[in-house]
Amino acid sequence: MTRSHFDAEAIRADFPILQQEVNGHPLVYLDNAATTQKPEAVIEAISHYYRCDNANVHRGAHALSDRATVAFEQARERVAQFIGSPKASQLIWVRGTTEAINLVAQSWGRQQLKAGDRVLVSYLEHHSNIVPWQLVAAATGATVEPIPITVDGDIDLAAFDALLDERVKMVSVNHVSNALGTVNPVAEITRKAHAVGAKVMLDGAQATAHFPVDVVALDCDFYAFSGHKLFGPTGIGALWGRESLLEAMPPFLGGGEMIETVSFAGTTFNSLPFKFEAGTPNIAGAIGLAAAIDYLAGIDMNAAAEHELSLLEQSLELAKDVSGLRRIGNPAQSVGIFSFVLEGVHPSDLGMLLDQQGIAVRTGHHCTQPLMDYYQVPGTVRASYAMYNTAQDVERLFQGIHKAKRLFG
Amino acid sequence: MTQGTNPFGHSITDDDIVETLSFFDDWEDRYKYIIDLGKELPAMPEELRTEERKIRGCQSQVWINTRLEQGRLEMDVDSDAFIVKGLLGVVLAAYNNKTPAQVLAFDVDDYFGKLELLSHLSPTRGNGLRAMVARIQSIAAEAAQAS
Repeated sequence: MTRSHFDAEAIRADFPILQQEVNGHPLVYLDNAATTQKPEAVIEAISHYYRCDNANVHRGAHALSDRATVAFEQARERVAQFIGSPKASQLIWVRGTTEAINLVAQSWGRQQLKAGDRVLVSYLEHHSNIVPWQLVAAATGATVEPIPITVDGDIDLAAFDALLDERVKMVSVNHVSNALGTVNPVAEITRKAHAVGAKVMLDGAQATAHFPVDVVALDCDFYAFSGHKLFGPTGIGALWGRESLLEAMPPFLGGGEMIETVSFAGTTFNSLPFKFEAGTPNIAGAIGLAAAIDYLAGIDMNAAAEHELSLLEQSLELAKDVSGLRRIGNPAQSVGIFSFVLEGVHPSDLGMLLDQQGIAVRTGHHCTQPLMDYYQVPGTVRASYAMYNTAQDVERLFQGIHKAKRLFG
Repeated sequence: MTQGTNPFGHSITDDDIVETLSFFDDWEDRYKYIIDLGKELPAMPEELRTEERKIRGCQSQVWINTRLEQGRLEMDVDSDAFIVKGLLGVVLAAYNNKTPAQVLAFDVDDYFGKLELLSHLSPTRGNGLRAMVARIQSIAAEAAQAS
């Protein structure tokens, strides 16, 4: 087994929250797919904003509002650059991936979908990439259909081919599965979808922390991700869209900022990106997210990705010594997510006992009930690794699993 | 075991549990005890495990069946998770075989506090405990109204 030479301990030292004890044990934080922790640089950027630069953006006539607006729009440019967007105006600030998908479903979907149209999502999807489509389908008479997956937890491309026809208007899939860690061949999926005239939305929530994303290379029509899964704050995320589509889409939320003129005789709307940004935005959040991206720019992200995969490899190795432990999913390509069940021990019980030992994992259906039904499990235990996790963390996890097993006799 | 032979609230009281748990210092002994309590909880018969008896929003499946016997509440609970079962037993030890008035008067947060299990009553935990307690209290309130 290759051990990575990536200095995870040095990275870990940048994250103040990781230095604590839980239930008398040093915290082992393995719930990164749920949310990542924040480096001091991000915390400082947000605090600095509130200490020195806070003002409302775009409308002000004073120095503070200038500083806030510049910082906010520079953050937009930074994030746009991060995912390879040609223009910053294609980068819409949202609360997170869920809101981004709802925006596309409601704005693009209501305008474009009609009875008989089909929306394809996969069996891997998080509820946030299923329910918004179901809501708009119910309103328009379109249907939402699942793309089958293989028993390994990969999207079944042959089945996908069979489902594709000219009635399919949208294919929306996750770039990386939050429950299993599967990395989907989204460039290929996009090509196939485009070939029948369908648009493609990608849920990138679990991708951006693990490998570079280039929306132009992927050629997708929409890409969404969340700040808090990328070492940034909660309450901020981004929706990237193809310019021609965004220009044609009607507004999502109405209110201040997204208008040009307002009167009771009629209202006109602002240009991109502001058309889709009603109300005062999460200014501190945007600045925090840009700070997270700046922090990551100082790290060898390829080495970090290799390191995370070495933790997954280590987990698979140690899992062999736990009788009754069964990994759920065995995808062709994966990020550092290890989802499993333990015979005779309900996932929620195992989670509780790991928590008693200071180990934070997630248990349950991970907001992917159709996926859990497919595997016929009530839920799984999921350990999800980030660049600050260490080989020792993985050792502690498995020591914890062994201890928990003993309590069940 | 059949219905009506549930030891919780009868031979196993809340005081018993507080006393026993106070002996254990380390988490392994505490949770072993809770798991064993779960094992002493009689299994709910299949025909009683219906949708109306299920507590919603839990990570594991949790059912409750309540009856009034001579003015006292008797409850059967079940779960497919053992620790949750044990924690349900802890709740029953306090609430079973009590009058509705006694149930309403019981300070469950204080009880869980003494047991150092208060975190399990947190509403964020999907273990059904808080919802179970709420269900029992509302049943007791209804029964108290009716009498």
